[in-house]
Amino acid sequence: MKRMAIVGNHALSYGALLSRVQVIAAYPITPQTQVVELLSEMCADGTLKAEFVKVESEHSAMAAVMGASASGARAFTATSSQGLALMHEVLHWVTGARLPVVMGNINRAFGPPWSIWTEQTDSLSQRDTGWMQIYAQDNQEVLDSVILAYKVSEQLLLPTMVVLDAFFLSHTSEPVEIPDQEKVDEFLPPYENKYILNPDAPHAFGGLTNPEWYMELRYKIHKAHEEALDLIEKEGREFEKMFGRYYGLVDPYKVDDAETVLVAVSTAASTARHAVDLLREKGKKVGLLRIRVFRPFPYAKIKEILSNARKVIVLDRNLSPGAGGIIASEVRGALANLRNHPPVLSYIMGLGGRDITTKHIMELFEEAEKMEEGKDIIWKGVKL
Amino acid sequence: MIEIRFHGRGGQGTVVASKILADALTRDGKYIQAFPEFGVERRGAPVAAFARISDTKIWPRHKIYEPDHIVILDPTLIGAVPLLDGLKPGGWILVNTKKKPSELGFPEQYRVATVDATRIALKYRLGSAASPIVNTAMVGAFARVIPVVKLETLLDAIEEGVPIKPKENRAAAQEAYNSVIMEG
Repeated sequence: MKRMAIVGNHALSYGALLSRVQVIAAYPITPQTQVVELLSEMCADGTLKAEFVKVESEHSAMAAVMGASASGARAFTATSSQGLALMHEVLHWVTGARLPVVMGNINRAFGPPWSIWTEQTDSLSQRDTGWMQIYAQDNQEVLDSVILAYKVSEQLLLPTMVVLDAFFLSHTSEPVEIPDQEKVDEFLPPYENKYILNPDAPHAFGGLTNPEWYMELRYKIHKAHEEALDLIEKEGREFEKMFGRYYGLVDPYKVDDAETVLVAVSTAASTARHAVDLLREKGKKVGLLRIRVFRPFPYAKIKEILSNARKVIVLDRNLSPGAGGIIASEVRGALANLRNHPPVLSYIMGLGGRDITTKHIMELFEEAEKMEEGKDIIWKGVKL
Repeated sequence: MIEIRFHGRGGQGTVVASKILADALTRDGKYIQAFPEFGVERRGAPVAAFARISDTKIWPRHKIYEPDHIVILDPTLIGAVPLLDGLKPGGWILVNTKKKPSELGFPEQYRVATVDATRIALKYRLGSAASPIVNTAMVGAFARVIPVVKLETLLDAIEEGVPIKPKENRAAAQEAYNSVIMEG
């Protein structure tokens, strides 16, 4: 084990290296470029024995890793924002074909107007593609999540997206423990799939399926997601035994006696943890629920943790125009079937990479103290 | 936790300076976040970089608005950019300049240190004569003024972390460490 200062982008690259990926196809886009740069160097100097396929677009990148995965190779790619949007068609195809591809996505706001800064709308708008989605809050979690993603994806034949904030992780240098290759090999066995493209044993894949059977295949995809809820936690514990770090579906902090609980993802959740500590010092009963895995959506965990709160605040650094915060809408959905559920205050903030500071988050808790009822949408910091 | 803001101009190696610091502190077993002002850099334009340093895991993840100390890699930024914004009283201002700290006229509530990093960079031929790269000299001076990292660790991190002239960069950092003037 080696401790090194690396940026979040390189944490993705090291995650792919240690997972011994066999095929990489990617197209560079700010702020993801460093991921591909380091992987191409690793392939060129022989550190990583993988096929690096140069492509002319993200659509082709995803198509190439889809083909690689279908032929039995462990495949990896990474992108951001417009690049992810261009992959959209193939994302659905990868899920339908039950291919355990893992990709990194650096959250970046959509243009126009042109932006290179963080916002979760790019990955959240791929919510219904059937990809599992993991949102990391530090560079260690980025690296570890790539390894964990392959472990879970390959057992269930579902793809996973490991998601991180532009700049706040992608370009931030911080200490990361790089696990030993032998230990990763012990945790993550080689990818094996009996349903592969093989000219010596021909099969038909993805052909026209009439209404008699299509629904059953979708049902099985959903069931695999339900299985993932248990498997992610089980593999998280196995990972902890070997590497000393646990990752689950959600990451609750000081929620047991909390009257107000804030729900957030990614680096905003990390900042919120600091805010919770400062407010606890002042005697405020506040807590944090970080959602780490957004798909499959951990309904049971969220209901269990939030049912004890008097108020729930959801911080969304994303927007579904005409509806509001995407995570807030899912959280409200999770709570709706509880008999007495707490009111939900839905905040939109930090779009296009606008900073979300500890002070901002403390203000959310202070505002919530004065509000007795939930609110469908509250804009924080808009200058209009 | 200590929070530091670096001010420089595009091309001086401000971002690399914060990365070298991250590497050195990581080697010392500390926690650090080092990150650039997130924008599109242009040569000569004012740039900033940030570092948080701690003995324990660091949770806040946003830009630094109230730094404990600031480091100025280019003296022509004084008066051109609001360098002291949010700087906490008692904090160090480390400046690359030929002048003595008392000649800079900073408010009395701050401690001031100066080092002629441009001269040192030129001496070791770091960058070009027209645009010397002062980052390694500045982190050398930094290690003296704000003793959060062992000098030896820093020198090793420089030697292994710079893209070219490892020995010269190491020597520049050592010379800056020895020659920085501290008042306050």
